[in-house]
Amino acid sequence: MKVRVHVSLKNGVLDPQGRAIQHSLEGLGFSGVSDVRAGRLIELEVDENVTDDALDEMCRKLLANMVIENYRIERVAA
Amino acid sequence: MSNFRSAVVTFPGSNCDRDMATALEKVSGSAPFRVWHGDADLPERLDFIALPGGFSYGDYLRSGAMAARSPIMRAVVAAAGRGVPVLGVCNGFQVLTEAGLLPGALMRNAGIRFVCRDVPLVVENSQSLFTAGYGQGQQITIPVAHHDGNYFADDATLDRLEGEGRVAFRYVADVNGSIRGIAGVLNDAGNVLGMMPHPERAIEQAHGGTDGRALFESAIKSLAAA
Repeated sequence: MKVRVHVSLKNGVLDPQGRAIQHSLEGLGFSGVSDVRAGRLIELEVDENVTDDALDEMCRKLLANMVIENYRIERVAA
Repeated sequence: MSNFRSAVVTFPGSNCDRDMATALEKVSGSAPFRVWHGDADLPERLDFIALPGGFSYGDYLRSGAMAARSPIMRAVVAAAGRGVPVLGVCNGFQVLTEAGLLPGALMRNAGIRFVCRDVPLVVENSQSLFTAGYGQGQQITIPVAHHDGNYFADDATLDRLEGEGRVAFRYVADVNGSIRGIAGVLNDAGNVLGMMPHPERAIEQAHGGTDGRALFESAIKSLAAA
């Protein structure tokens, strides 16, 4: 099955890339965008027997850096 | 001292490993062992381990993230635990934080741009085995060359680092957005140092300065004294 891992910067951690994207949007003439945060989407194809605990451990050990990032795991129905 | 046993680890994408090896050889008189990321073991009885700068694994996922999980890092973590001095420069600093040997993380520079120039630093702790050759509060000039040097840690961690004298170097003026201007940090035991500036690029006059030399000399001297 497919699993999506959404990795995002923690609140309070400055996101220079997000800010640059926001400035570019302004430069393109889009108004009303007050903040942009850039994250990362990681898609995994896993066996059915891969547990939530195992996915959680994958995130904490590699996919996210817990000093600066949060993660959210989403199992996608096949 | 010609029996200084050091090792330089090369990851796929390291590009300052040769500079680091040359600096270690020039200052110590002994050529370091060259170790590959896929090796499971380090040479025995090492006096010093260096993780060089570069773009290990193309900075995939996060700078230093993949390298921190490579086979050789298990041996580096074990050696650090035994008290072997470990220096991580630039990408090596990123690897050390990703491996959990140093607190905090190195994020994209606040100005988004790659920064490559000489920067003035203040030596904040001249008591460590890496910095004993400098004066407390001494200002030195060392080159930086990085895209992800923006140091971050939470306030509690930062207060602890400052309280324990574990901020080794601080930028005189903002370079990359690093919180509290932190350029280099030590681990709890003082035998692991991570820093974004490149001391190995400032060891002889032809480099434009020699302020990095004392760092290697300090480590060698501390070993001789031990």
